[in-house]
Amino acid sequence: MATTRVDTKDRRGRPAAGDPADRTGRADRADPPARPDAPPRRDRSAVRSLLRLWPYVRPVRARWFTAAVVAVVASCTGLVIPLVLKWIVDGPVADRDPRGVWLGALYLLLIGVAEALLFGLRRWLVARPLAGVEAGMRAELYRHLQRLPVAFHDRWASGQLLSRGTTDLMLVRMFLAFPLTFLLVNSVTILVGMIIMLVQDWVLGLVLLVPAVPVMIVCWLFEKKYALVARQAQDQVGDLTTVVEESVLGIRIVKGFGRHRSQARAFHELSRTLRGTELAKARLLAAIWLVIVTLPELAIGAALVLGTVRVSDGELSAGTLVAFLSTALALRWPIDSIGFLLAMSQEAATATERYFEVMDAEQERERERTPESASAAGTAAATATGDAEAEVVPDSRPTADAAEGSSEAAPDSRTAVGSASGAAADPRPAADAAAVRAGEGAGGGEPQGTGGLRFDGVAFRYPDAPADAPPVLARIDLHIRPGETMALVGATGSGKTTLTALIPRLHEATAGRITLDGTDITAMSRRELRTLVAVAFEEPTLFSATVGENVLMGAAPDAGEAELARALSVAQADFAHDLPQGTDTQVGEQGLSLSGGQRQRLALARAVVGRPRFLVLDDPLSALDVHTEALVEAALRRVLAETTALVVAHRPSTVLLADRVALLSRGRIAAVGTHHELLRTNAEYAWLMSGATEAGAAGTGAPTSRTEKTEKEAGR
Amino acid sequence: MTAPPTTAATAPADDGAAKRHDGGGDPFDRDALPAPPGATTALLRSLLAPLRARVAVATLLLLLQQAAVQAGPLLVAYAIDRAVPALRDHDTGPLVMVAAAYLLCAGLSGGLQYAFIVASARINQDVLLDLRGRIFRHAQALSVDFHERYTSGRLISRSTTDVESLRELLSEGLQELIAVVLSFVYISAMLLWLDLGLGAVAVASFGPLYLLVRRYRRRADRIFQLRSTAIAAVIVKFAETMNGIRPVRAFRREEANDGAFRVLNRRHERTNGDALLEMAQYVVGSRLVANTAVAGIVLWGAYRVASGSLALGVLAAAVLYLRRLYDPIDRLGMFLNSYQSAAASLEKIAGLLAQVPSVPEPSAPRPLPERRSARPGREVVFDEVRFAYRTGGEVLPRFSLTLPAGQTVAVVGSTGAGKSTLAKLLARFYDPSDGRVLLDGVDLRDLATPELRRGVVMVTQEAFLFSGTVAENIAVGRPDATREEIEQAAKAIGAHDFISGLPDGYDTDVRKRGGRISAGQRQLVAFARALLADPAVLILDEATSSLDIPGERAVQRAMLTVLRGRTAVVIAHRLSTVEIADRVLVMEHGRIVEDGAPDELIAGTGRFADLHRAWRDSLA
Repeated sequence: MATTRVDTKDRRGRPAAGDPADRTGRADRADPPARPDAPPRRDRSAVRSLLRLWPYVRPVRARWFTAAVVAVVASCTGLVIPLVLKWIVDGPVADRDPRGVWLGALYLLLIGVAEALLFGLRRWLVARPLAGVEAGMRAELYRHLQRLPVAFHDRWASGQLLSRGTTDLMLVRMFLAFPLTFLLVNSVTILVGMIIMLVQDWVLGLVLLVPAVPVMIVCWLFEKKYALVARQAQDQVGDLTTVVEESVLGIRIVKGFGRHRSQARAFHELSRTLRGTELAKARLLAAIWLVIVTLPELAIGAALVLGTVRVSDGELSAGTLVAFLSTALALRWPIDSIGFLLAMSQEAATATERYFEVMDAEQERERERTPESASAAGTAAATATGDAEAEVVPDSRPTADAAEGSSEAAPDSRTAVGSASGAAADPRPAADAAAVRAGEGAGGGEPQGTGGLRFDGVAFRYPDAPADAPPVLARIDLHIRPGETMALVGATGSGKTTLTALIPRLHEATAGRITLDGTDITAMSRRELRTLVAVAFEEPTLFSATVGENVLMGAAPDAGEAELARALSVAQADFAHDLPQGTDTQVGEQGLSLSGGQRQRLALARAVVGRPRFLVLDDPLSALDVHTEALVEAALRRVLAETTALVVAHRPSTVLLADRVALLSRGRIAAVGTHHELLRTNAEYAWLMSGATEAGAAGTGAPTSRTEKTEKEAGR
Repeated sequence: MTAPPTTAATAPADDGAAKRHDGGGDPFDRDALPAPPGATTALLRSLLAPLRARVAVATLLLLLQQAAVQAGPLLVAYAIDRAVPALRDHDTGPLVMVAAAYLLCAGLSGGLQYAFIVASARINQDVLLDLRGRIFRHAQALSVDFHERYTSGRLISRSTTDVESLRELLSEGLQELIAVVLSFVYISAMLLWLDLGLGAVAVASFGPLYLLVRRYRRRADRIFQLRSTAIAAVIVKFAETMNGIRPVRAFRREEANDGAFRVLNRRHERTNGDALLEMAQYVVGSRLVANTAVAGIVLWGAYRVASGSLALGVLAAAVLYLRRLYDPIDRLGMFLNSYQSAAASLEKIAGLLAQVPSVPEPSAPRPLPERRSARPGREVVFDEVRFAYRTGGEVLPRFSLTLPAGQTVAVVGSTGAGKSTLAKLLARFYDPSDGRVLLDGVDLRDLATPELRRGVVMVTQEAFLFSGTVAENIAVGRPDATREEIEQAAKAIGAHDFISGLPDGYDTDVRKRGGRISAGQRQLVAFARALLADPAVLILDEATSSLDIPGERAVQRAMLTVLRGRTAVVIAHRLSTVEIADRVLVMEHGRIVEDGAPDELIAGTGRFADLHRAWRDSLA
């Protein structure tokens, strides 16, 4: 089994990042002992894992090495003590010389003081630096995680991430402080001790050397087994963390259904599994202790017997025997401790492995293309092809689709065109951009507002989706003119939220391109892009900060009270002023809990506070009552007048905020038009907006048949 | 070297935390829930009490093991003082005895060690299992308003890092302590037996050692408290960021977060370093005492051997014992380390466990009466109910309200009017400050949880999905439901189609490939869950807010059939819901300002008539 695992790793190079996350969760709870994929990958040796820590240790390497040297010296100082003893026994004691005894004791005292100070020095040297290494690694992890694709976070339970950031890093720090140093120190100590003993009496020394080989073999075997179990235990701790987290986040559901008992049972199952793994770990550890304790002890016994014989024969002085045994006993601790030092190292190795599983996941990278070259290309295309069609092409296209009523056929024909010419070479977006720019220029609008927001042949499928699954978004062609507000309407699960996530590049479109004022969004840095685009999410998340800070997150750093007040009033979130400490009231995880409607309005305020050029609102008013909704709409209209906006909408009142509406259906934009146009001409839209019941049950087939009907009507 | 003296002088225990929140008064803010005095020890004792017998066995094993280990030097003394002279007289008897005894001791110490490690691991793991379970169960029993204040990050840190530090104490520390104490006792006894004078010197050295240990304990105690608070703050920030990664990214919070995290992380780093330095001081001190004692004993012993009043073998044994005596001093430090950090953690855990659920389970539960009719619904009465937060601030002034069995009641009103509070009182997420909420005449506070949840189920706007399959998520409503019943519930609510479209249908893991489920779909799952639970009273708090209109219609159609005869309270901003309601309550500032049949109210001139008109217009 081990070999197959090794093969997998060598081919892949590193573990598939999905695996550990996949392993979490209820599947395990349902069937805890099975855990089919439980044996962790023995991808790399512990040593190779641990070597990866080097970059983090590097900054403190001087201190660490000094400390290690100090520890070696201190430990060897301890070995001198038996020699002094020997000198006392064979010298002053044998000679009955009391003054010599004083001298010997003085030596002992000096050595003792030196040893104590050296050990203290070692700890002092590494205390702060190692705390720093742990903190540094944690900060790196946090930094890195914040920059990993959102898709990564979709896959990984945050409990698993958290356990890497806490327990695992503590293990790493402890490893650097103890096992790493002491494996070195103990090896040197044992070596020096052996040499001392061999020099004193090589026969006895050899006797003590005998168990070394079996002990080493056992340690090696043990290391292999222990690694497996240690990894398993750590993953199980992660699973446990996930259950705790979910049971807290879902507390209302757990309570609402009185499910805390079954939740507790699930937790109990998992912790029992963990207990089993920990016990297996303990048994391995006990076995290694058994070997490590017994074998050297037997050797010492043999040496004692042999030594006694030789002392009686006069071949050996009593002092030498005392010193010899004293040294052997002094070496017991270094030898004994190897067992748990190895265990700790092994745990640290798996902890390191787990840490790097996350650190190896690739951050979102900016594409190579620079903004300059991209926009230059765009402009060139515009000047080359734009002028001729500029007046005609732009926005007649989507409405034409709707009028034709051939919502199914039209995109396909375009697909053919698109694939023939290739998305990048498709001249149309550039042409539109040029056209609009011309128009705007004449009208004297904002100079930067040229081109609007354009989706051009955009497709998206989740990177981890099964190969045979249809893409979430098959081909999106949509143009939102500068200053226009477009509502996005579609059935539940049609991909509206996914579509909005593509604009700030929370997910990356898998094909086609999205342009803001003619600039491909992949050509600008994400920072820049996200400064241009503000989003209000479906689930309004507030952070542990004051209300004011939460809202001003969406604004430029220099924004102040005035902007805050304006945004709060737009979002009808003036309740914030009435909170205990006004806009300085703490909210979020660690603060006052607000209602869904209140959070939603603050999230909306956050989105509009920075007067972004592009605004994406995902069902921004769902939690508001009719009255508040009307007020927000009135205020929002003024904001929307100044920006280019895409608003996901579920109901007519929200749709009416928009100038035009796009209907998303089966991964395509099926129709674009004003609310009233679509209501008349598009059956699916009418169905979505009124819930018209004439078709009976809400099946997926129903809209299509009605579409056909509408086609006929439209044709008439 | 450790904390800045100014803060140390003024705020001994929690300066780090106090600085963070200058409000400071709330124990929740400081992450230091008060535990009654002695609660920590009581907790530890109650954890170990059921395992008393096994603890005794483990201790016995260790006792024997130490005896076997500590026999070594004695055998050395015997060999030098007896076997050597005997050999010279050609008597091999003593030597054979030494050899046999050493063999026996080696075998015993190894075997007993094995047995002890396994036995103690069992104890440790059982204690941890118990403790983890207690924390979890207690956290689950605590009321919703507790969770709203305590935050998930802290709870996670209680049941992970804090439990972990107890694990360290138990699995490494405690074993160390017993071994250290035992070897102290054994070795002191041996030394005293070998030679009273030498032994007395060794025992005398325990005095300064004890003082050192005490000083270390005192100082480390404070540091470990601070460290535990610091790591909890790190965890809270970490968890919050990862759970809100989308807005973090969209609003470019990465750098600001890095900064905020750095501050918290630094604080932990500093306390961590302080703890390690404190340990360094202790190690130097104890080593100094130990090595001085060794030098003293050797001096005196050698002097006496030289003057002929002490046998050489005795001195040799004494010296060998001495080295062993002070060897575990470092380990004692390690124990103290893990003890301190575990004590700090245990105190936090005890503080959590000491929280009394503000919505406690009844001590003498009453059953619900038999239904009065064949219909599943039950009557709900709010009897002189008033609700205010403990911090003050009245949400619902005193009111009374009766909802007859089988009635569907819509509650409307602006955000913050108290609709959700009303629902939470009915679902017993909160208990009223005054008055009673009755279900068929029985106070909700008198109902055992299973009975209560058969009676009342609430579906909220936040439709949280647990990791696991879609089917498992629906089955939360009724864990013993068959697959057929699960699908039935999903079909009734119009969720069947989308679920069948998922890669593995009902068996799709919501966290795995292809398992992405939109907010609207999650609400459908939540609905199916509630239907499956089959309660007498169903509360829907904004439960359709993320659905599109057809979805909402489907749900309403389902409710017309499924809710028939059930009592239902529906809170919705969109008045389409009202179409299925028998009765409408309009709330404003915590009061019910209108109450009547929908048609009646619409025809009138009140708030609801206005709202309804506005809503009609919005549908245009």
